[in-house]
Amino acid sequence: MEFRIAEKIKLSTQVSLILVLNVLSFNLTAQTPIDDERITFVRLTAEQYRNSIRDIFGDSIEITGNAIAAGVREAGLMAVGGRRLTLSSSEVESYEVLALDVASQVMSPSRRNTLIPCRPENENVFDGDCAREFISTVGFHLFRRSLSEYEIGSYSAMASKATESLGGFYIGLQAALVGMMVSPDFLFRIERSVPSQETPGIRRLDAWSRASRLSFFLWNTTPSPALLQAAQSGELMFEAGLDEQVQQMIASPRIEDGLRAFFSDMLAFDRFDTLDIDTTLYPKFTKNVEDEAREQTLRTIADHLLEQDVDYRDLFDSRKTFLTPALAALYGVPISIRQEMGGLVPWVPYEYPEDHIRLGLLGQATFLSLFSHPGASSPTLRGKAVREHLLCQTIPPPPGDVDFSLVRDTDNPEFRTARDRLTEHRNNPTCAGCHTLMDPIGLALEIFDASGVFRNMENGALIDTSGQWLGQEYSDVRELTLMLKKDPTLTSCLVQRAYNYGTAREPTPSEVQWLNSTHSQLRQEGVYWRELLQRISENPDFYTVPEAAPKEN
Amino acid sequence: MINKNRKFTRRSLLRGAIQGSTVVMGLPILESFLNSNGTAFADGTELPPCFGSWFFGLGLTPGRWQPEVIGSNYELPEHVAALQPIKEKLNIFSGLQIFLDGKVNQNHISGAQGQMTGVVTRSAADYDESFDAVIDKQFGANARFRTLEVACDGNASSGWTARGRNGKTPCQISPLELYRRIYGDGFIDPNQADFAPNPEVMVRHSVLSAVTEQRQKLMNSVSSDDRSRLDEYFSSLRDVEQKLAFELERPAPLPACSIPSMDVEEIGTMVAQVQHTHKQFATLLSHALACGQTRIFHVTLGNAFSTLRLPGEPSAYHALTHEEPIDPELGYQPKCKVIGEQCMGFFVELLQALDSIQEGEGTLLDRSLVYAFTDHGEARLHSMKNLPVFTAGSAGGRLKTGLHISAEGDAATRVGFTIQKALGVVTNKWGVESNEVTTPFSEVLA
Repeated sequence: MEFRIAEKIKLSTQVSLILVLNVLSFNLTAQTPIDDERITFVRLTAEQYRNSIRDIFGDSIEITGNAIAAGVREAGLMAVGGRRLTLSSSEVESYEVLALDVASQVMSPSRRNTLIPCRPENENVFDGDCAREFISTVGFHLFRRSLSEYEIGSYSAMASKATESLGGFYIGLQAALVGMMVSPDFLFRIERSVPSQETPGIRRLDAWSRASRLSFFLWNTTPSPALLQAAQSGELMFEAGLDEQVQQMIASPRIEDGLRAFFSDMLAFDRFDTLDIDTTLYPKFTKNVEDEAREQTLRTIADHLLEQDVDYRDLFDSRKTFLTPALAALYGVPISIRQEMGGLVPWVPYEYPEDHIRLGLLGQATFLSLFSHPGASSPTLRGKAVREHLLCQTIPPPPGDVDFSLVRDTDNPEFRTARDRLTEHRNNPTCAGCHTLMDPIGLALEIFDASGVFRNMENGALIDTSGQWLGQEYSDVRELTLMLKKDPTLTSCLVQRAYNYGTAREPTPSEVQWLNSTHSQLRQEGVYWRELLQRISENPDFYTVPEAAPKEN
Repeated sequence: MINKNRKFTRRSLLRGAIQGSTVVMGLPILESFLNSNGTAFADGTELPPCFGSWFFGLGLTPGRWQPEVIGSNYELPEHVAALQPIKEKLNIFSGLQIFLDGKVNQNHISGAQGQMTGVVTRSAADYDESFDAVIDKQFGANARFRTLEVACDGNASSGWTARGRNGKTPCQISPLELYRRIYGDGFIDPNQADFAPNPEVMVRHSVLSAVTEQRQKLMNSVSSDDRSRLDEYFSSLRDVEQKLAFELERPAPLPACSIPSMDVEEIGTMVAQVQHTHKQFATLLSHALACGQTRIFHVTLGNAFSTLRLPGEPSAYHALTHEEPIDPELGYQPKCKVIGEQCMGFFVELLQALDSIQEGEGTLLDRSLVYAFTDHGEARLHSMKNLPVFTAGSAGGRLKTGLHISAEGDAATRVGFTIQKALGVVTNKWGVESNEVTTPFSEVLA
């Protein structure tokens, strides 16, 4: 599908939204309270916080650290877990310190001329008009909606009080900015909804909340000025207006930010935070290689799904990727380095030879290391990961009272390979049910050790990578990959995860129907990333939340 | 890492002072001094008790940690011999279990969850309020940090505390970051002669107060599902507000307070790295208690599926418990036993850090109560029976020590309930279903 719609927004990441806003005017009338309005909220991720600050105040603002320490994966996604999380004391404490840091940079003499839309007559005295203008302008982007008169007045009073206490207009504005940046209106994506007239049990998001859901889904950041304007004018509540915004956003290069965020979540990149591959056993897997492996995966996905615009399924048997010298050494393949790259990590496109055993996402160090033990590969972890993260299947926890000791008894000459040991383990009928689902997939990947390095022997025995997938026999990972690629579960999982990621919740029964129908169509027409995003973003149900328990006052 | 260096500038502070702005100072400080032996304030108020919880994963080698003698005068078995230096300030509980009541055993989670929250949930994603939060309410807001939570394995999700039902509290993983948090900006040495409230902190405090006032407006529109989440966020905001309020008051002098030094941190999962990180945290937390910075802490050695590793060993501790064969001659898993014993050694290092801080005739450990718990009785089999549980310290004489309590078949929640009773929580039961308990271990209550 061609996406050649001209971008109306030519917003470079170098240009802050504030600059754009200076030439816009906004209706800042108080929001009309609606009796049936209900709010739900989703915690911003650390990356969404950073992206929002970058887009609102510009690239030059330094953000030193993450306030959020950990998340929760639910229904396969951290994004869904974000809807059940709040902020702990230590996280709010860190956010307040971050806010002080960012606000002091915004107010610095070198930036205030571009980031503050007005000048006080006297820098030592409070200027109410200028404070209100700054607060309403910045608040519009931080809160992703227009502020009520009451809110503008409250933050203006905050600035006035601080000016009085500390003797400077800008230090007063800084205090108000800190207040806005620790407010739940900024730290959470607050979604306002009213009951659907057509569908009982469903609530429809208001225009501001639509803009936020769309923007964090597609670009992983705060809504652009154009999107907020479409929300403010009401265009976003109508099909034509929504479609126009969706198409513009999907055609933008910034769609890559959203793609990277989604696949980082779906492929469990949070495991990188605690990845601990033993470098005494795997000396090539240094911290740099770990970082480059992560980038290799994201770069490969972005190139395939956006630049090359090929089918999602091709990611699994593609021979094309990008390598650095360190990754090439890990994989044992030659690459030519362009010297003019200077100090930057020299990424080069690479295509594996036709008969090469390593191909697709499953052959990359990211997947192979994230689902290994620190000192050993794990067919079980890898098989479980394919089932859970790529096929959206659930493997129940292992039962109690199980003796696993054969699994790692590498000293036993009868059980030299993981296959020998796991086969013995699967003879236990309690274990067989789940291990039959996981182990064959992982055993095909046993030719790659915990760091992703190729091997064909384990403890002096040849590694057997054969197995069965849905009754069909395969001899190695290449044949398994082709079978996986044909499995409709692979693509239905992507469709489902993308939708759930955008809504940060599990689908309602009617949405499941829509997902099934959309998946069937895409399988026939091609599972193209932009097409999938467009269909999801233009689905009216995407902008809903299920009716929750009655509100309490 | 949070950069705390860039804030309101000193220049702006001076400008405010020069201009004589109408800075409202905090309330007059209640001048309080310790009595002559350092165990109470001058007005007779005793130094308040502290509470700590300490998690070690994967239990201990079955049958090798319980003392033979019940009550006092017991001998420590070889497996827990490391505890000898603090034996007289310790209690050992054996025979305890967590009941699943027909729910799936969320391996390595349900046991610890049951002991900290009194509730075993159907899904591992659900987690209730932990009893340290109940104790926190009992203590009231009287320290700069409501609680401090740390993890020694580099995994912020390793902890077992929660303020409500909205997710577990994340842990700090960096000792240096904790050092900066406690002793960086805002720390006031309680023994320093001079004190002047910082006008910038006053402004920060008033900003947070104003944001907190938004609570009711939002609360009116949230569903009951989201209400507790929003409430917990505003509680967190109030904690920070309260922290700043503490920084605006002259603290009561505390002679035992001193600022520790810090060496280089090395975060990782090798046993030696975990020990080093744990030791740094033990030092920081004990000094934080002595300096009145907090009264509640949580330490976790590692996550539920312990990733601790021995040098040259490809399998982590969790994998070892399942995969290491039982030595037919020894009758146990040798490597697992070694790591379990090392964990006991770490526990002693924490307790000795507390015990090394003298407060009058007693020590910081004496006015503290540390609760040590684990996830399984026998990790190899994911057993929920015979969980090894310890308490240390007497919470200022509120708990007897030096006892081995055998409670064959009792719910392990009895220990948490006993601790709550010792620390003054007014309640007649704790836990749900079969883990609900109504009777504390009266033999340890003073």
